Amino acid sequence: MIFKVFQAGEMETLFGLLSVNRIVGPVEKGRDVDGKPLYDFDVVYDFKDLKLDYGQTIHSAKNYFLPYRENLCTFTFDNGDWQKEVDFGADRAHVFFGLHSCDINALNKLDKVLMGNIYPNPFYGAKRSNMFIVGYSCTPTPSCFCHSMGTDSVLHGFDLFLTRMGDEYFAEVQSARAYHILERMETREPTHEDHLHFRKTTSKKRSLFTCEVDTSDLTKILDMEFESEVWEKWGDKCLSCGTCANVCPTCYCYGVEEEVNMDFSHARKVKQLYSCNLVDFAEVAGGHNFRPESSTRLKYRYYHKHRGFVEAYEESLCVGCGRCGNACLADITVPEVIASVREGEK
Amino acid sequence: MKTERTFLGVPIVKPKVGFFDLSSCEGCQLQMLNNEASLLDFLSLVEIVNFREGMKEKSDDYDIAFVEGSVTRADEEERLKIIRRNAGVVVALGSCACFGGVNQLKNRFNDLEWVKRQVYGDFPIETQEAKPISAFVKVDLEIYGCPIKKEEVEKIVTKLVLGQEITHPNYPVCMECKANENVCLFDLGEPCLGPVTRAGCDSWCPSNRMGCWGCRGPAPAANLKQLEKIAEQKNISKERLLDRLECFGGFGEAAREMRTKVEGGR
Repeated sequence: MIFKVFQAGEMETLFGLLSVNRIVGPVEKGRDVDGKPLYDFDVVYDFKDLKLDYGQTIHSAKNYFLPYRENLCTFTFDNGDWQKEVDFGADRAHVFFGLHSCDINALNKLDKVLMGNIYPNPFYGAKRSNMFIVGYSCTPTPSCFCHSMGTDSVLHGFDLFLTRMGDEYFAEVQSARAYHILERMETREPTHEDHLHFRKTTSKKRSLFTCEVDTSDLTKILDMEFESEVWEKWGDKCLSCGTCANVCPTCYCYGVEEEVNMDFSHARKVKQLYSCNLVDFAEVAGGHNFRPESSTRLKYRYYHKHRGFVEAYEESLCVGCGRCGNACLADITVPEVIASVREGEK
Repeated sequence: MKTERTFLGVPIVKPKVGFFDLSSCEGCQLQMLNNEASLLDFLSLVEIVNFREGMKEKSDDYDIAFVEGSVTRADEEERLKIIRRNAGVVVALGSCACFGGVNQLKNRFNDLEWVKRQVYGDFPIETQEAKPISAFVKVDLEIYGCPIKKEEVEKIVTKLVLGQEITHPNYPVCMECKANENVCLFDLGEPCLGPVTRAGCDSWCPSNRMGCWGCRGPAPAANLKQLEKIAEQKNISKERLLDRLECFGGFGEAAREMRTKVEGGR
């Protein structure tokens, strides 16, 4: 990998160079009752609005590559004939400015599911191949547990990854595009001291985590605890509202609906992201519901993230961003649920 | 002259419809008329033969009756029964028709005579407990909301005309609110019934930074017990929560139970 170092002041130059395309980055959306800022990803037009030192955003950035609602195709009816138009959205490039390693790892996991099989998803693929990612090193928040999921650093899937070191940025350059962008800025080659400084910075970050999930043997333990009563306990709290899935950077389940215009001239197939916690997620034709209880639905969400996906891909589908726990009004958090399943071990 | 319309080669009959109002603010009907941008498309879908708020002509020959409002008088009960006899399909339009709506707030008082005196003084007026139209006639379809969401009504009526299955979202408002990437109102210290209320409004109120009042009634898996705990934890009083749960009548029994618990605890 190629490394570069540049002055913090050059960050605005980088933003300017990239702003020929639409930039999506963390911005402040308001303050909570305690005056704490609330962040989310949005289109950023002014460098001053970019809040790179955000802790965590409420939602992931998935609306830009896996939209909550997406038109899959439009049918036009005319004189007894019909035509189908499909728009993958390939012509709308996005620059993601300030994604943390958890969110880039989430994209890498989605790539495996949505692009790595024999039926790649062209809607996702078109957007994924038309993005430029500037990763940004973070300071762990109290609900971050990415180090437990092995996603506290990221090896690929981005163009540029920046780590703040004093008055400078240490840049990991992953793509030719990123290299050419940096050529148009004032940068310098890193020295051995810079390398040491970088390693000290990342090792300091690792020491700041306060939240942990024990994932050792978790797939087996989940199999053993399938009938555990802890699922009932969490199920009683669950609101079956789908918030966890909506803020999750890796939840990709969806439903499809067909809509006809009132004048019968057009019809559409619309995809909507869905959640396995919703009451009718496992309802099939004929009306049978395989998971009518909220405890079963909640359990299956955990089994998909922490067991099924691990068996299929040798890694968890959870990146430890902590968003689901932060957003859950019933205070259902991954670290607490997993700890309750493992209770009695120590 | 009516032109025959087809969809995918199948002839589509343009149904005759009537809009009717019982005790209500008539705001749901106004919503339909407000929809200037798509009103002509809507009129190409159905033939309106009776709509007091929108036209002079009146006919009793209709296939679909949209009924707004709750029943609060004996003569309304009679009118409703006649509408039911005339129509093939009766649609309860809006929260009043579906649950009793804001009108049913008076049912909370034990002495309805007292309520009447407070509102009308000595003016002679007949009024009874406010009830949803389903308490008197068979209802084929309910369209929720106070007011109704016109885009949703248009979608439903299109399906009705095409003979497609009509389903309501089974998830709560939170699902749409999160998809609209709103800041959670609980984070801002506001109460919100979004976690327990049936979606379909595209989180209309929360998207405008106003907590949900539950006008669409409970979502099928509504976890009210947990909502009570959340409110407690966030220092939102039971009374504030009940204000919302009782407002439109959709939470009926569950709200009454909570009220009894609160009053009993005093």
